[in-house]
Amino acid sequence: MNAQNTPNSPKVLKESKRRIKVDFERTDAKTRFKEKYISFFFLTKVVWFIFRLVLLVGISYVVLFPFFTKIASSFMSPEDFVDVTVRLIPKNWTLDIYKGILTETNYWKAFGNTLLLSTSCALIQTFVCATIGYGFAKYKFKGNGIIFLLVMLTMIIPHQTIELSMFMKFRYFDFFGIFQLLAGGGIDLPWFSVTTLADGTVTPYLTEINILKGVIDIVPDKWSKFWTAGGLNLCNTYVPLLVLSATGLAFKNGLYIFMLRQFFRGIPDSLEESAYIDGAGNFRTFIQIVLPMSVPMLITVFLFSFCWQWTDEFYTNMFFTTATSMTMPKLISVSEIPKSLKDPNFEGWNMVQAAIFNTMGLCIIAPLIVLYLFGQRYLVEGIERSGLTAE
Amino acid sequence: MTNDAKLQNTVAKKSAPKKRKIASLDKRKARVGWIFVLPFLIGFVLIYLPIIFDSIKFSFFKIVIQQGGGFILEPVGFHNYLYALLEDPDFVQTLVTGMQELAFDIPAIIIFSLFMAVLLNQKMVGRAVFRAIFFIPVILATGLMETVEGQNILGTYMDSANGIDDGSGSSAANDIVSAVDIERLFANMKVGTELMETALTWINNIYDIVNRSGVQMLIFLSALQSISPAIYEACKIDGATAWETFWKITFPMISPMILVNGVYTIVDAFTTQSNSVMMFIKQVKNSGNGNEFSGGGDVISSAMSWMYFLIVIAVISLVALIFSSYVFYQRRD
Repeated sequence: MNAQNTPNSPKVLKESKRRIKVDFERTDAKTRFKEKYISFFFLTKVVWFIFRLVLLVGISYVVLFPFFTKIASSFMSPEDFVDVTVRLIPKNWTLDIYKGILTETNYWKAFGNTLLLSTSCALIQTFVCATIGYGFAKYKFKGNGIIFLLVMLTMIIPHQTIELSMFMKFRYFDFFGIFQLLAGGGIDLPWFSVTTLADGTVTPYLTEINILKGVIDIVPDKWSKFWTAGGLNLCNTYVPLLVLSATGLAFKNGLYIFMLRQFFRGIPDSLEESAYIDGAGNFRTFIQIVLPMSVPMLITVFLFSFCWQWTDEFYTNMFFTTATSMTMPKLISVSEIPKSLKDPNFEGWNMVQAAIFNTMGLCIIAPLIVLYLFGQRYLVEGIERSGLTAE
Repeated sequence: MTNDAKLQNTVAKKSAPKKRKIASLDKRKARVGWIFVLPFLIGFVLIYLPIIFDSIKFSFFKIVIQQGGGFILEPVGFHNYLYALLEDPDFVQTLVTGMQELAFDIPAIIIFSLFMAVLLNQKMVGRAVFRAIFFIPVILATGLMETVEGQNILGTYMDSANGIDDGSGSSAANDIVSAVDIERLFANMKVGTELMETALTWINNIYDIVNRSGVQMLIFLSALQSISPAIYEACKIDGATAWETFWKITFPMISPMILVNGVYTIVDAFTTQSNSVMMFIKQVKNSGNGNEFSGGGDVISSAMSWMYFLIVIAVISLVALIFSSYVFYQRRD
């Protein structure tokens, strides 16, 4: 058969299109207009279009409005706050607030700290959650369901419930009392020996073992400051968050594990089988085949974990107690108001202060917005491709 | 490369009983599965379980931090729980009002996010822009903005700057609609102020709900994408309207996701820091005085949050139980 006669060849297609056009133009303009625009179908379409547009624009406005007010007030000079005629658009444009925040506060220090912390945590979380999710998705082993329930449990337990004990855990970090034993603290049997502590006398067992005393004298001061009687003091270091990330226990990791599990379930088993036949082991298959093909989903998870770690207050407030470990969310506090802007005697000081806090908030989320502009394509794409289903 | 050796063995010895070999591969795969989830298991056993155990333990104790860097625990039995339930004047009340709020918020979030996901899934001009705007709350959903807002209680700057005050004293700059606008709208309608206030709270609630339904929208959107277009085509050919298609096709197909989103929303709503119960517990924790016998707000807040957790678990299992009997699962092959 001649290639030109197949229905898909460009020439035939063009020809048939032309014929339709000619047929169409044979009817006069009025009839065409009537057919096309004065019909119930068209009317509903227009109404629906307008309704949808109004709704979407309205809700976009709701989402963006707080940002508008914050951005507007961040450019205002103090006089504008007491000027009745100024509502959203400032009269005297000024960059004083930004200048003050960027030069006089710990902004750049906090930026560096938070960037390091968020990047490392997000990378670890993405990889670890992918590993765990892959294990749940592709391997059937006894207790698979139960362990997955435990993952969900870590998400359900409210933060506040375990805040105190989590702080204690990392303030006096210890594995089964080993450090305490070695440091001469003896064994402190949970629930039993505590009763003897009621009158303040500490009588644990095996206090004779005191190996660490000698060790502490040898190691430099930089390290030995972490040793305390109850265990290692890991506060004001990145270790607690890194440990939590590496074990899939950090903020909302249950959600990431769930998302990745659903995603990996969608990958056909035959892919792994063929990799296995070609001689790749389980881990090589995972790293060289499965991970590269799930990049959009991994970027989604990375974006989530990075942004949520960036703005997280719960863990940073809990683990970072000194001023040297400055992180972004801590910028919003009265002590961080730039000195050049401080003028409590000004009659509109409350409003200026609110504007300063708002601008700080903007400065904190500005890097996230930039990241979001680049990454939001993946956010939707990754989720879309995951084909999340609850089976 | 033991795997390869074993594989070669399997190929070489064709006479060997096949079933046993397959079982051993399964077993090996099961072992690898354990290795994959090992990070979580280690963390759960070594860190999370002791933390939970400690937290439960603390709720039965009185805690005294020593000068030298240690702490002493004094057992007080169920006192912390009884104190929270019987003596604390606000806890039970906060719990009840918190539940009432959530009973309204959770269905609202789910319905809203489903509706928006359906809208955002349609082909239209500027879909990418709208999607980008709608998912901004997702990345900022951890409560940073709430902190910023919380710092604003001193200055209700926009409204008071204009000398407008609705009298409640709580009008914030980012109320989407100021009370005055609504008042003007309702002034000629001769309706009571109560109705006006209800409308006002509803409208300002929208902001809250939009902000909290980002992840749900994403999940619904992905579920909508996974429905095969062939089903819709078949429906169209059979003459179904959009309304019928939604209720007969879309809704059953994404009903598993409604369950997932329901559970996620409950968890999120119950554990977010802006939740009134969580705020109350935090306040108790920070106040640190409690009463002299139970020793500090730390342990009382622990007891309170464990009771709260039990309620959360009960609500989740109830909802999951009710919903799961209505969920439709498509059987693929």
